[in-house]
Amino acid sequence: MSLLPFRSSPSPWQEMERLRREMNRLFAGLPASAGGVAAPGYPAMNVWTNEDGAILTAELPGVNADDIEISVEGDTLTLSGNRQPDEMPEQATYHRRERGHGRFSRVFRLPFPIDSGKVDAAFEKGVLRVSLPRPESDKPKKITIKAG
Amino acid sequence: MANETMEIQETQKQEVAESDAERTRAGVAFVPRADIYETGETIVVVADMPGVDEKSVDITLENNVLSINGHVEPRVPEGYDLSYAEYREGDYQRRFSISNQIDQDKIEATVRDGVLRLLLPKSQPTTKKIAVKSG
Repeated sequence: MSLLPFRSSPSPWQEMERLRREMNRLFAGLPASAGGVAAPGYPAMNVWTNEDGAILTAELPGVNADDIEISVEGDTLTLSGNRQPDEMPEQATYHRRERGHGRFSRVFRLPFPIDSGKVDAAFEKGVLRVSLPRPESDKPKKITIKAG
Repeated sequence: MANETMEIQETQKQEVAESDAERTRAGVAFVPRADIYETGETIVVVADMPGVDEKSVDITLENNVLSINGHVEPRVPEGYDLSYAEYREGDYQRRFSISNQIDQDKIEATVRDGVLRLLLPKSQPTTKKIAVKSG
């Protein structure tokens, strides 16, 4: 028979408080339309859209702009790169190590084709912003109704 | 949407717990991920704070507590609606207690590509060794 580790159960009030905080964390600041999903990969992305196209943003702190690669094909965008580890002196000892490094790659598919010639990307303060315009030919057209 | 390779492992941003002092500014605050290492003379703190630049970060060291605060002005592309979200924008705050004596005048801080780098030089011990003479 195995022994279960002893664990003191929290008071119901503590549990309620924890739940309240958890719920706040889940719902705070998220727009109603976007459920706010856990990122399935690195980096986490946000996508903004309107009828002219989309803007994709991603947080990539400490990544060199030269190490970011963006490619577009049809309705698909591939974002890949490498986050270099910190150069540190040999005799240094770590107290804490929470920042990851290594290669990353993500593929994102949009609900419309991308005008690859007009894709524009900017990297500022560790935040990448890629604008992905929709080709003129694909944009929704407003149809005017003639009076009879 | 598919996820291809991912060697880099990072979980979602962690929000600051409310148990401490409450924030005066509305909105969320996150705990920046940090590396801390020590060399013979210096303690180095490296923290990921995307969206922060040298003007929007505030660092204090008081009673051996190092406080890092970064303010992020959320950027909403004009005329666009957020249709898919995996991360949120918000301020950053974190505190560390530093056990070494730090030479406060020689602290150096830089922010580059959303990464804060703090160099905290250890101060030379001011206590003097007292030689005990034989009587």
